[in-house]
Amino acid sequence: MQRDHKPKLAVWKFASCDGCQLSILDCEDELLAVAGEVDIAYFPEATRAVARGPYDVSLVEGSITTEHDAERIHQIRKQSKFLVTIGACATSGGIQALRNFRDVDQLVKAVYATPGYIDTLDKSTPIADHVFVDFQLRGCPVNKYQLVEVLSAYLNGRKPNTPSYSVCVECKQRGTTCVMVAQGTPCMGPVTHAGCNALCPAYNRGCFGCFGPMETPNTAALSAWWQKLGMNAPDIVRAFRTFNAYADAFRKESEVYEHPHHQG
Amino acid sequence: MNIRTIKVDMLARVEGEGGLHVKIKNDRVADVKLKIFEPPRFFEGFLRGRKFTEAPDITARICGICPVAYQMSSVHAMERALGVVVDGQLRALRRLLYCGEWIESHALHVYLLHTPDFLGYPDAIQLAKVYPDVVKNGLELKKLGNDIVNLVGGREIHPINVRVGGFYKAPTPRQVRELGQRLTAARTLAQEMVRFTAGLPFPEFEQNYEFVALRHPDEYAINEGRLVSNRGLDIDIAEYEANFAEEHVQHTTALQSVIKARGAYFVGPMARYNLNFDQLDPDIRALACEVGLEPPVNNPFKSIVIRSLETLYAVEEALRIIEAYEIPVRPFVDVTPGVGVGWGCTEAPRGILYHRYTLDKDGLIVDAKIVPPTSQNQKTIEGDLWHFVEKAVDLPDDRLTWQCEQAIRNYDPCISCSVHFIKLDIERE
Repeated sequence: MQRDHKPKLAVWKFASCDGCQLSILDCEDELLAVAGEVDIAYFPEATRAVARGPYDVSLVEGSITTEHDAERIHQIRKQSKFLVTIGACATSGGIQALRNFRDVDQLVKAVYATPGYIDTLDKSTPIADHVFVDFQLRGCPVNKYQLVEVLSAYLNGRKPNTPSYSVCVECKQRGTTCVMVAQGTPCMGPVTHAGCNALCPAYNRGCFGCFGPMETPNTAALSAWWQKLGMNAPDIVRAFRTFNAYADAFRKESEVYEHPHHQG
Repeated sequence: MNIRTIKVDMLARVEGEGGLHVKIKNDRVADVKLKIFEPPRFFEGFLRGRKFTEAPDITARICGICPVAYQMSSVHAMERALGVVVDGQLRALRRLLYCGEWIESHALHVYLLHTPDFLGYPDAIQLAKVYPDVVKNGLELKKLGNDIVNLVGGREIHPINVRVGGFYKAPTPRQVRELGQRLTAARTLAQEMVRFTAGLPFPEFEQNYEFVALRHPDEYAINEGRLVSNRGLDIDIAEYEANFAEEHVQHTTALQSVIKARGAYFVGPMARYNLNFDQLDPDIRALACEVGLEPPVNNPFKSIVIRSLETLYAVEEALRIIEAYEIPVRPFVDVTPGVGVGWGCTEAPRGILYHRYTLDKDGLIVDAKIVPPTSQNQKTIEGDLWHFVEKAVDLPDDRLTWQCEQAIRNYDPCISCSVHFIKLDIERE
């Protein structure tokens, strides 16, 4: 692609653990090469130098949890040509979206001695609930090779190759025996978006859903199977309510088992 | 009346979001506020009702920089609550995993976040243009740390292999020993790191601190030990809350910790080093003396050299562990849920990380308390800035601002652990 300047990259943070943007610095072998291809214009975790917008690519980590942040994301959108959300917080509200199922005032009181000092919204929401997002990268944390793929796809004017099939497909590709069939270990792989290379089953544990729902997941069938393996309703609610609790498919399935009398 | 304000809205090269506000009135410091505006995430609140087995995976998400620390403090707390002891090769594997996190986190901070301050560069990418080998060595060490975490933990950020009672799967001796050659090479890199950082220019800035760290009878403490200080503290970790208190201050979403009897204290590499220097290997102590760093070290700017010495220690300790490694008979010990209270305190790269959980008969969490290292250092950081600005008040605002940032970065503050936890803002009056 012909270009008259190096694309300007900005990295923004909202409510999050920093892990997804750390993935950029964790690309030890690629970091200096990436820095050669793009102009790192705003990335406070890595540099005190700041270049003004507009930015060609904005990577956004974290979810919206305060009034101030709900305003800030609009400013960022205005200054960004291509906006990518990185990770479960930005893409589905993150683990802090567990507040969405509770009374936030009670949570504030449980943690802070002087709740009046705390300024927070009732819900933790994904970036796409607030502004248009050009591309969403899943994961808690993101896979750093997928992150490099997204940047490289952008630089070359093509669509990123990040399949939306389930973790099951990755298990088969990797040659891992199914932990649910062979060992009876509950696993979220059948409904979870690929991207981690089916890590957990390779370590003899069930997938716990870091990458959120796959495209058109059949969560009801999975819950039914889990019950045969001995999971009760609260277990099922907890399983769907972790890092992607507020993603539609996981939220709805957890609500079915939270209020069993609403079933059918 | 001459009022000066030094203000940094967004502190760079720290993990998480914070700022600083310093007010100078007639060349005297009138106020210092370290602001942490990391939005609160309420981990302690939503841990209630979760299963004890979920704590390592959930609490890891407090911090993407030191997830291993959160996993370790939580599994130790749960095991103490449920009366389980994890020993032998499983204990050694945990220490190896933690060494990996120390190496990764220290290399990240020393090379990518802190060295640029000492040499006057905005970041490591600019630094790499002038000192390519230094940054390359740093990235090599960082990668090795990540590879250790990857091997033992399954992935570098939010490892998946840690469970209460041990691991889901133990690595084979062959996999573990494959790290040997690179660790041996890394020893030389870490020694160079010590000599390089010891040669950086340090501001004259000696302070009187109360240092708090774990101390273990047999080893440089990482996972277990008693809490000790240079002012007579010597307690079981279960007595933490009887001796330490958290205060909720308006300008920050982090709770500030104090020792009830005495006030601010200092945790992290410099505290560990001053309290446990005798437990470092003789070659590391010799190197420390060669570069002029015999304890006690009271200049926080020199913590960059101590991080380098600890990196060397973690490399040597990892080598010892992999040489003695045999595959455990089972990757974990069984844990039965039940009623209990458990405490866990481990040495995160940035200092002690305290967890306490109360469990019900089904192993559900009734109550959780987590105190991360940065909230423990927050008051000490403000104290440092207060004294530092007073001495450097003649500097122009841009220089002074940068030096204040550097002074904050001495602590490698990790603000994303806003379980309950900077903008720089100097106001001159």
